[in-house]
Amino acid sequence: MSSLHEHLPILQILVPLFGAVLTALTRSGVVAWTIAAFASAIAPFISAGLLARVIETGKPISYVMGSWAAPWGIEYRVDLLNAFMLLLISIIGLVSIPYARKSVATEIDSHKQPWFYTMYLLCLAGLLGIVVTGDAFNAFVFLEISSLATYTLIGLGRNRYALLSAYQYLVMGTIGATMYIVGVGILYLVTGTLNFVDLASRLGPAMATYPRPILAALAFMTVGVSLKLALFPLHVWLPNAYAYAPSFATAFLAGTATKAAIYLLIRIYFSVFAVAIPFSSLPITEIVLILSLAAMFIASFTAIFEKNAKRMLAHSSVAQIGYITLGIALANKMGLAGSLVHVFNHAIMKTALFFALGAMVYRTGYSTIPNLAGIGRKMPITTGAFVVAGLGLIGVPGTAGFISKWYLAMGALDHGWTWLVFLIVLSSLLAVVYIGRFVEIAYFREPAAELNNVREPPLTMLIPLLVLAAATIYLGFDTRLTGGVATHISEFLLGGLPQ
Amino acid sequence: MTAFEAIASHYNYYITIFLMVAGLYVVIARGNMIKKLVGLGLFQTSVYLLYLAPGRIVGGTAPIYDKHYEIYSNPLPHVLMLTAIVVGVATLAVGLALVVRISEEFGTIDEDEIFARDEDQ
Repeated sequence: MSSLHEHLPILQILVPLFGAVLTALTRSGVVAWTIAAFASAIAPFISAGLLARVIETGKPISYVMGSWAAPWGIEYRVDLLNAFMLLLISIIGLVSIPYARKSVATEIDSHKQPWFYTMYLLCLAGLLGIVVTGDAFNAFVFLEISSLATYTLIGLGRNRYALLSAYQYLVMGTIGATMYIVGVGILYLVTGTLNFVDLASRLGPAMATYPRPILAALAFMTVGVSLKLALFPLHVWLPNAYAYAPSFATAFLAGTATKAAIYLLIRIYFSVFAVAIPFSSLPITEIVLILSLAAMFIASFTAIFEKNAKRMLAHSSVAQIGYITLGIALANKMGLAGSLVHVFNHAIMKTALFFALGAMVYRTGYSTIPNLAGIGRKMPITTGAFVVAGLGLIGVPGTAGFISKWYLAMGALDHGWTWLVFLIVLSSLLAVVYIGRFVEIAYFREPAAELNNVREPPLTMLIPLLVLAAATIYLGFDTRLTGGVATHISEFLLGGLPQ
Repeated sequence: MTAFEAIASHYNYYITIFLMVAGLYVVIARGNMIKKLVGLGLFQTSVYLLYLAPGRIVGGTAPIYDKHYEIYSNPLPHVLMLTAIVVGVATLAVGLALVVRISEEFGTIDEDEIFARDEDQ
């Protein structure tokens, strides 16, 4: 067993990747789903094993691909940050997969279902790969694997506009990924290495000779990754992609895809650039802070006036990503911890919200808010879970969202920016409006006659939803996994940095 | 170093920048989805040049070990770009497949036309 234990970092990728090959060979949706469920069920155990080992030994796990020592070979390097993100992504995968069976069966033609699961597994493998790898170019390859799978998942939506949104995402996503490798290329030209750890150690000396190319590389990588994580104003692909993708794909991607890109941004900033160059002398804080604030307000405001509930939640995602990048811009212990906590909590809450909405679409066929009037009386459990996750999104005390905002506010106070705390609270009020508007229509309007036969969704959809809704409450009280680990990561990332 | 020398010794970077910006311009300026993909391809191809040109070392030979030679070209950028080419081909394939489906569903592959039709509804 010990030998298998050593190979956990690569198994994390190989399990879903191998599952993808198997599903591609099957012609039955049920068989493909079983394979996908099996792969998704193994992944969290591998991540949990990695996290436990990192915490136990207190130092990163290094896995040398094909015995080619780093920096020549590709190194998979799992430290506390990766392990935390791996666990998040694989947990979302595990929770989503029971939901997929019924949802995919109604939304995707039966002959396309095995391919749908192939794309899901490829996407999962790609996202886990971005997080596990310690090599800048390898991260690009995984980024593209997950992105290509994502374009296909979105394009399989029933509405024909799904194709258009997938195409637009493909164009913007490819520009983003290409910008990222331009940045990596410039770094390679000035340092001669692609390994993140090696890059960090060589960047300092190189900065004396090539300050301008290095800053250009930072700019290219920031813009490229920001396109992927939908940082305002590079988010225009996201609302339509989430609105027209199949319900399952939206829920899964909302919880994982942008989060893996956020991980990459944190890794580039705090494990590569900031190690070599004092973070305060990089022009990151001002730019990211302004864009984050713009996202928090403008995207929340757009969400208020959105008629389609899926797109409303998508705009809300852009706003919530604003909170996450706000913590990155603060770059102090509490701020960065808040950003990581919110990555976790937002993934849980937003997946729950999209699950609830997907269940409503499954029963009614509508995702437009006026058509869902009175749904609270027909689907009380589903709508109740929606409200719980919605309260979490607002940041009501006793929910997960409150913990994230608490950390962010503490981070802002550590900077001495009281006005920022005020802005965080103010933007949360906008979330009250858009969630409140949905709740008002769902509970206080008479249901239309066509909703008469609507009832709760099947258990396979309801249980994942309730698990996530319960997690929203649970993570509001027990912060050992989120707050505790995130603070450790934040200390670990910021600890070794020059001031 | 004169201005001419500065340009002449870095000409590969100028070609890269030209291709990159031209590709990006085509993506933004054209409404035709196939033309956009052509621009996207150009944009991606410029990166190949960015990596490959500096991998060639003056006086170096092919990176095959031989005791007669001491200077070799750097093989790593070539390997990396081989991967990037594969990624580029896959992206183009998915993009073209989407355009085929869009053409079937909308009857046009012009973005402006589709958006104009949206507003009529």
